[in-house]
Amino acid sequence: MGPRPRPSPLLPLGALVLFLLAPLVLSGWIVFLLTVAWAKALAVLGVVLLLRGGLLTFGHALYYAAGAYAAGMAVKYLHVREGLALLGLALLAGVGTSALLGLLVARYRGVYFALLNLAFSMVLYGVLLKFYAITGGTDGLGLPAPPLAGLRPVAQSLRLALYDLTLVLAALLIYAAHRFSASPVGYTLRAIRDNEVRVEYMGASVWRTIYVSYVIAGGLASVAGALIGLSVGHITPDLSFWSQSGEFVFVAILGGTGSVLAPVVGSIVFEFVRNYAFELSPYTWQMTLGIVLLVIIFFLPGGLWSLSALARRLPRRGAPPPFRTSPRDGAGAAGARTADQAREPRGGR
Amino acid sequence: MNTRARVVVVLIAVLGLCVLGAAARDTVLTAWAAPVAGAPRELKVGVVAFLSGPASGPFGIPSRNAAELWIEKINKEGGIGGARLVPVFTDEAGPADKVVTEFRRLALDEKVNAVIGYISSANCLAVPPVADELKVLTVLADCGTDRVFEEAKHPNVFRTHAHTVIDGVGAARYVLGLKPQVRTVAGINQDYAWGRDSWEVFSRTLKKLKPDVEVVDTLWPKIFAGEYSAEISKLLVNKPDVVFTSFWGGDLVTFSGQARARGLLEQSVVVVNNTGADIKDLAPGTLIGSRGPHAIVSPELERNPLRREFINLYRQKFGLAKNDYIAHGAYHYVQALQGIRAAYEKAIKAAGRWPSPEQVVAAFEHLEFDTPSGHIAMAIGGGHQAIEPAAYAVLKSDPGLGINTFTQIRMFPAKCVNPPDGMKSLDWIDRGFPGAQC
Repeated sequence: MGPRPRPSPLLPLGALVLFLLAPLVLSGWIVFLLTVAWAKALAVLGVVLLLRGGLLTFGHALYYAAGAYAAGMAVKYLHVREGLALLGLALLAGVGTSALLGLLVARYRGVYFALLNLAFSMVLYGVLLKFYAITGGTDGLGLPAPPLAGLRPVAQSLRLALYDLTLVLAALLIYAAHRFSASPVGYTLRAIRDNEVRVEYMGASVWRTIYVSYVIAGGLASVAGALIGLSVGHITPDLSFWSQSGEFVFVAILGGTGSVLAPVVGSIVFEFVRNYAFELSPYTWQMTLGIVLLVIIFFLPGGLWSLSALARRLPRRGAPPPFRTSPRDGAGAAGARTADQAREPRGGR
Repeated sequence: MNTRARVVVVLIAVLGLCVLGAAARDTVLTAWAAPVAGAPRELKVGVVAFLSGPASGPFGIPSRNAAELWIEKINKEGGIGGARLVPVFTDEAGPADKVVTEFRRLALDEKVNAVIGYISSANCLAVPPVADELKVLTVLADCGTDRVFEEAKHPNVFRTHAHTVIDGVGAARYVLGLKPQVRTVAGINQDYAWGRDSWEVFSRTLKKLKPDVEVVDTLWPKIFAGEYSAEISKLLVNKPDVVFTSFWGGDLVTFSGQARARGLLEQSVVVVNNTGADIKDLAPGTLIGSRGPHAIVSPELERNPLRREFINLYRQKFGLAKNDYIAHGAYHYVQALQGIRAAYEKAIKAAGRWPSPEQVVAAFEHLEFDTPSGHIAMAIGGGHQAIEPAAYAVLKSDPGLGINTFTQIRMFPAKCVNPPDGMKSLDWIDRGFPGAQC
């Protein structure tokens, strides 16, 4: 294997430190917004990983809800209180479900993959709705403020603790996803998007690559779901509804697929746009979101992340760009392709 | 360049005029109100209701409108202790995480003094823990679930309208009053928590009051299905004496239209627990409740001057055709505002100056106040949950006016259809309604 361009860890680490220090100056609700954004970024990251393999899913909320409800059920029926244990259980549930369903869906591509995922997520939605006595139906389940690592923080520091936990966990998982992308399996996944037959001829297993990626994406979403459940304090079957999956795809396209950090950018921008759209025009916030997405697709087909490629080109021409795992795979070009693929199945043209 | 400069100047001028206008209005309004010592100029109230989605038409928009006009009315009367109410309207649509984020924005960014709202039961369960964490006075304004104060204590949260138990218990008592010989009953309800809760309360009450009643069918069409011919066929075959439904909005209107066309109303008594603005579109002969003494018009209710004032204000501001009835959400949001007003006024009286948030909360517990829906008592849930009477009537077509009117109106007193303080609603029903005063 040839020399891989080493990503510079300084920039992401610096950003992480900035985010860790942010609560010192930001108001409580922005810290909460960031918690939600970082947590959801993990689910979006799963969508992005699959998009890199040319796989679009309209049902990723399945694992998001699986994680949240694993935590909710554990609180209600197993009387688990510890936040970290709940996260572990959620991960287990997400990985378990995706390992099981992956056996089937990893065999499909294109619109079949997208819709099969959608179908499974709506099955979970139906189950959560129908088993009213167990799941609380549309009223949902409450998740009381959890102790973390045995400590029970007071109300104000609890939000901070949850923020820090989300941040650190997300950073670790994003780094893991980055390593995965740079691993042979990660490269194979990209190759699959370009030409599946050739990958098979080269001796790599397409099915295994997609299966592993699918399970990883499911695990990421389940952790996101549990984190959301813990910080919001209440979970409803909406977590598994198709519109939630649609939101993940929306944010993935908004951020772009050029980097594992793009979902974080997309997610934070999305949460802020949504909340300010709310504040400015409570009647037409959905339209504001739609217009923002259209503008981004038209002018930044590679998502917001393609802005970073522009910025990077200015100071250091020729230097290995950070977080690009292949010199050929410029953020703009890859994102544009994936965004096109993402639009294709629902375009109906 | 020149044009742009001119545009900017005009924009600035317009903005300046707006600011001046707002300031002038402020001074006019506060000039003749005697402010209480320490009173702020403004009291910010977050108003949350569905402004988009299927629940916005039947519930959200009328609620928001009612809150707007009632806040204007309170401000015209000098505000609360001299402080002008300033509403911040937001949309309730979206999943729980969005609703909770929005609540936090209202509390921490807009720094509202109180929040009224929430039509969805799920949101009424998601928001109270956050309200307690941020210590924001929150008045739940239209949701039905009885779980809020029966499963937990929420010091900063109040609900100034009755929970859905009054609808089910009232419907069962009304049906038995009209048709004491009922033998068979069927339910058709939307498949979500409100539908399940409504049916649970109604069927349990009916069976408790008349143990030989048999449930012949329970149908759970999906919410917003919009088409019920299969379900109506099943009901026509099973021939229940009574059909109970908790449909609302478009679902209710569609079901009623299809049921009328297929002759279900000639065969069975259809009772609905959740009507409002849709009353004009329902089949005559339907038994209806509107979640308390709200949309139903009766001479007894019309004696309430606040009610007449509310309906007149609503008619002037938002227009009301002769066959329009105001949704219960609108009455409920006004109840929430009246509750906040009464709590502040009681706390001001007790403190002798502008009260602290804790003093307002303390004043709110077990409070009693007048509203367009009648006298409200925060009697249960440890003084955090209101009780209301249940009102039911039969719809009658008035060919002269061309509208639906009400006949055989019956009011069940609040203490007849609500459990006593400290008792869970379903336990109360199962134990045979101890303490009920009918």
